[in-house]
Amino acid sequence: MDWTLLAERLFGEHHGITRDGDFLRGTVEFDDEPLAVIGTTAHAPIGVQLALAQARAVLDVITRHPGRAILLLIDTQGQQLRRRDELLGINRAMAHLGMSIDFARRRGHRVIGLVYDQALSGGFITSGLIADACDALPEAEIRVMRLPAMARVTKLPEALLAQLSESNPVFAPGVGNYVAMGGVRRLWQGDLAQALREALADAPTTDRRAEDGAARGGRRLAASVVQRVLDAA
Amino acid sequence: MTTSYAECSARERLALLMDAGSFHEWLPPAQRLTSPHLGQLGLPAAFDDGVAIGRATLAGRAVFIAAQEGEFMGGGVGEVHGAKLVGLFKRALLEKPDAVLLLAESGGVRLHEANAGLIAVSEVMRALLDVRAAGIPVIVLIGGANGCFGGMGIVARCADHVVMSDTGRLAMSGPEVIEASHGVEEFDSRDRALVWRTTGGKHRWLSGDCDALVEDDVAEFRAAAIAALDAAKPITLAALEQEHALLASRLSYQGAEAMPLWASLGVPDTAHIPDLDVAAVRGLGVR
Repeated sequence: MDWTLLAERLFGEHHGITRDGDFLRGTVEFDDEPLAVIGTTAHAPIGVQLALAQARAVLDVITRHPGRAILLLIDTQGQQLRRRDELLGINRAMAHLGMSIDFARRRGHRVIGLVYDQALSGGFITSGLIADACDALPEAEIRVMRLPAMARVTKLPEALLAQLSESNPVFAPGVGNYVAMGGVRRLWQGDLAQALREALADAPTTDRRAEDGAARGGRRLAASVVQRVLDAA
Repeated sequence: MTTSYAECSARERLALLMDAGSFHEWLPPAQRLTSPHLGQLGLPAAFDDGVAIGRATLAGRAVFIAAQEGEFMGGGVGEVHGAKLVGLFKRALLEKPDAVLLLAESGGVRLHEANAGLIAVSEVMRALLDVRAAGIPVIVLIGGANGCFGGMGIVARCADHVVMSDTGRLAMSGPEVIEASHGVEEFDSRDRALVWRTTGGKHRWLSGDCDALVEDDVAEFRAAAIAALDAAKPITLAALEQEHALLASRLSYQGAEAMPLWASLGVPDTAHIPDLDVAAVRGLGVR
């Protein structure tokens, strides 16, 4: 969904979210409470600069508005694939973004991620996947890597991967699979404002994803392996 | 006589880095805990899913430790592999060892378990940060032939302390992936010198992305790990602001070449850096 349409459906025409390049930022009134909105659009590649822009916005909320809830709007093609970004430590910038969001959570800010268009690995792992909970729109797509690149790296035939991505939740890009695996908590259907209201109301403070994946049958081993490590003699 | 860290297997590293005979493994290969996803691809599984975890002592101190095996799927993080790491961090919260050590050697998410691997890496990240929030330092050692890439490159930078050898590599995307995406002019993955200038231990040390630089020698890694046992760095708002200022200052650097970047950091005679041994690099007085 286009971000402006999403913003209007969530917060009305005068939502106050502004776009600067691929970076989205704003403070909206939601149910008479201020809510910080931070995100990206246009399938943004997340490089050092865009990781830092998001981290700056998170740190500003922590400093100026203790406790204010944060909504992360996610639309990314993944990490920026440039040598300059690697030279400058893109992994460190991503870690800094993730740690800033994690710190906000620990300071009592509710942080909700929403994949409203597409999400790929590097741009996603230190935003939505490190929030209290990550939700998605039903038409959104989440994947680790595009199939041609995945075929090249794994040396598996692209046709096999294409076939698996039709049927196998581990490979398929649909958000429904991420719900089954626990990586996405739930999909926002119908009244989006009501969905946001519910997302903020029951934001978990601990990582429930492995248990959710086991309960929903999409990721059967993770939770039990964690428990086995805890119980091992 | 030195022993190359890069040439050791994960279990050899555990045996040589920790106090002799002190490593006690949890969920060892005898328990045959394998990936549920590799069989459908016709790929062999490993009975430890490519990572060994357990407790040990280091210079007499109680530590928890994990070692990724680069020979198995490039150290890629799958569902079981990731859950073993998460379990180790969660157990550290309960039993409070003096530190958690991660011998990282990984291409990141195991693409053969795509979605499950991605979620697993993010769970590792959160579990690691829980351990840091409890005041237990997390120390990452990087010196394996496969480097530390992708999600594990991010995980490494979430730790309190990073030790690298000069042959170690730490980055996000591998040079092959960048070359495939933007062409050989962007990143020639077969230019070894370029790859090391961009992602290798010396560059990471000169720019401050690792805390200790060692030779490719198990004994040096052990000494650096012992020295880091009390290196807990609490994550505070002030620490995050300091980190932000450091990273933001990098944006003013133009270009993608390492040597002018080193020069801007005050490194003399940058053309000779690749030829220097580790002691000489540490002796430059840059840090």
